[in-house]
Amino acid sequence: MDAFTRLDAKVVPLPLANIDTDQIIPKQFLKTVDRSGLAEGLFYDLRFDEQGRPKPDFVLNQPAYKNAGVLVTGDNFGCGSSREHAPWALIDFGIRSVISTSFADIFYNNCFQNGLLPVVLKAHEVQQLMDEARGGNHVVSVDLEAQTVTSPSGAVFTFEIDPQRKIKMLNGLDAIGETLQAEKSIDTYEMKRALSQPWLEGA
Amino acid sequence: MAGKTLYDKIWDAHVVDTQDGEAILYIDLHLIHEVTTPQAFAGLRANRRAVRRPDRTLAVADHNVPTEGQALGVDAVADEEARLQLQTLAKNVKDYGIEFFPMGDVRNGIVHVVGPEQGRTQPGMTIVCGDSHTSTHGAFGALAHGIGTSEVEHVLATQTLRQKKAKNFRVRIEGEPAPGVGAKDFALAVIGEIGTAGGTGSVIEFAGSAVRGLSMEGRMTLCNLTIEGGAKAGLVAPDEKTFDYLMGRPATPKGGAWEMALAYWKTFFSDDDAVFDREIVLDAASIAPTVTWGTSPEDVVAVTGKVPGPDTASTPDKRASITRSLEYMGLEAGQPITDAKIDVVFIGSCTNSRIEDLRSAAEIVQTAFLNGLLVAPHVRAMVVPGSGLVSAQAEAEGLDAIFKAAGFEWREPGCSMCLAMNPDKLEPGQRCASTSNRNFEGRQGRGGRTHLMSPAMAAAAAIAGHIADVRDYL
Repeated sequence: MDAFTRLDAKVVPLPLANIDTDQIIPKQFLKTVDRSGLAEGLFYDLRFDEQGRPKPDFVLNQPAYKNAGVLVTGDNFGCGSSREHAPWALIDFGIRSVISTSFADIFYNNCFQNGLLPVVLKAHEVQQLMDEARGGNHVVSVDLEAQTVTSPSGAVFTFEIDPQRKIKMLNGLDAIGETLQAEKSIDTYEMKRALSQPWLEGA
Repeated sequence: MAGKTLYDKIWDAHVVDTQDGEAILYIDLHLIHEVTTPQAFAGLRANRRAVRRPDRTLAVADHNVPTEGQALGVDAVADEEARLQLQTLAKNVKDYGIEFFPMGDVRNGIVHVVGPEQGRTQPGMTIVCGDSHTSTHGAFGALAHGIGTSEVEHVLATQTLRQKKAKNFRVRIEGEPAPGVGAKDFALAVIGEIGTAGGTGSVIEFAGSAVRGLSMEGRMTLCNLTIEGGAKAGLVAPDEKTFDYLMGRPATPKGGAWEMALAYWKTFFSDDDAVFDREIVLDAASIAPTVTWGTSPEDVVAVTGKVPGPDTASTPDKRASITRSLEYMGLEAGQPITDAKIDVVFIGSCTNSRIEDLRSAAEIVQTAFLNGLLVAPHVRAMVVPGSGLVSAQAEAEGLDAIFKAAGFEWREPGCSMCLAMNPDKLEPGQRCASTSNRNFEGRQGRGGRTHLMSPAMAAAAAIAGHIADVRDYL
């Protein structure tokens, strides 16, 4: 996983609430056996018409928002399906941080497994970022170390993040490797369980 | 000291260790399917890691299987990418020694139907799967939730998951529901009440006399939809119904081991003095047959109600979202929801494809049939049983014959039109009465319009040709 420390990137606003993972990456793109190459499917039904032509009015199709790295969006982003293809598609498209007032649990977890930083700000801060992002070509700074977002006009917003998640994100740590440091505890747990719940062994 | 909730008890029984404030939680059962696992197995191979407990893992093929020709196995899959994904799963389970019910095996079906049906799902367990509707298994008093593919890899490698504890939220549904009202209506009413993010960060325990009154199938429907209220998991404390359901299933313990397991399972309930962070109470008698009108599961309306307008919303965002939903759904504010003309009826999905669901729909269809009514001529109606075993049971009871006689298609098991990864999809603009779980834009096919409802309501809609009150068809 890539580490995330600080990001200075163009910000793109998507002022819709409850954007579900079906909208982030529709079903037809879930048939892949790879993690990469999903950018094509990102927000597919919003970005393209039924003939596959880009919809010029959709924000990610506008030249001023090309190469945006930060998405600022409405409440409860990432609800619905658990598909990790959603963060994979965002990253493949070049988005490294999503800012909202709230995220759905599974999507939020999935972000941290992939070096995509979800940032929770207050409603008026999100609104200000959306207003300042208008017109395109505006840059925000997302600083994980300092836990701040600096808006295009220079307003600084702080955000909360779980300290362990922060450390892992800053260092790009592998969760499996970390858990395996506790392998002895897992062995012990399994031995005890085999005695107390023998019906679960060798099923 | 205050007592423990059901969730507290399951949690405490599974904490293996704690690292930096994060619990390492042991996982008793890991269910896997073709769509969210290929990258996890690729990760294992890249890091030369083994599957720690193949015996605690079970694989099915469900998300992108076609609902006809399954006896041919993967050769029945016309879509090359889907076929490759199914072949990849078959190779992975073989390489790592994981039990697998492939396409065409009578035990195969939707992962959340198969787990309970095989008795793999048991009270007090922790259960995960790379699928958000894993919450279904909470009906047995198991802590069950969806995970992403990186976490699938983590569970394969370590049989654990790194977790922070969620909050305790209890939803009590008390009293006697009216005829024609059941688990799906309860679930939609709860989501309508708390909103699609109302459960975020919480585990919901369903309690109360109306929940106790539900069958295991009904409890599965209720817990299945907890994720649509944003909750991490749903739970119902196990009771005699749970134990009766489990007894004699292939993977449940037998003889002395059954008695031992039973004694253990009976310890899983919330203590009288347990403290919940939040609690709401609903009156079952005041819940009507419920459907969704919009593009979020929280957009619910009683079947006797009208489509709401933007003026009913409290914030500008919500107003915009209602306007957008109305446009997508092709509905007018203020029109009775029963005016919505239906093109397709889908009875199936991990929410409502179990034997009791099919029985309740078949009962409506049979009554209508005896009154000379068939599926409305302009409607394509399909039934997709949740597993090969559900299908066989339904056929033994003659339910397939009732459906077919009335003009329904009787198809082979799988996720099918719930998420339309297989050939079963809506055409743009088509309106569907669906027993599934998500009415998101494009969920059942690009431009498709989904109204969520119970199997009995979907059956009534098939006959009427528009959204209809099941109580007129009882």
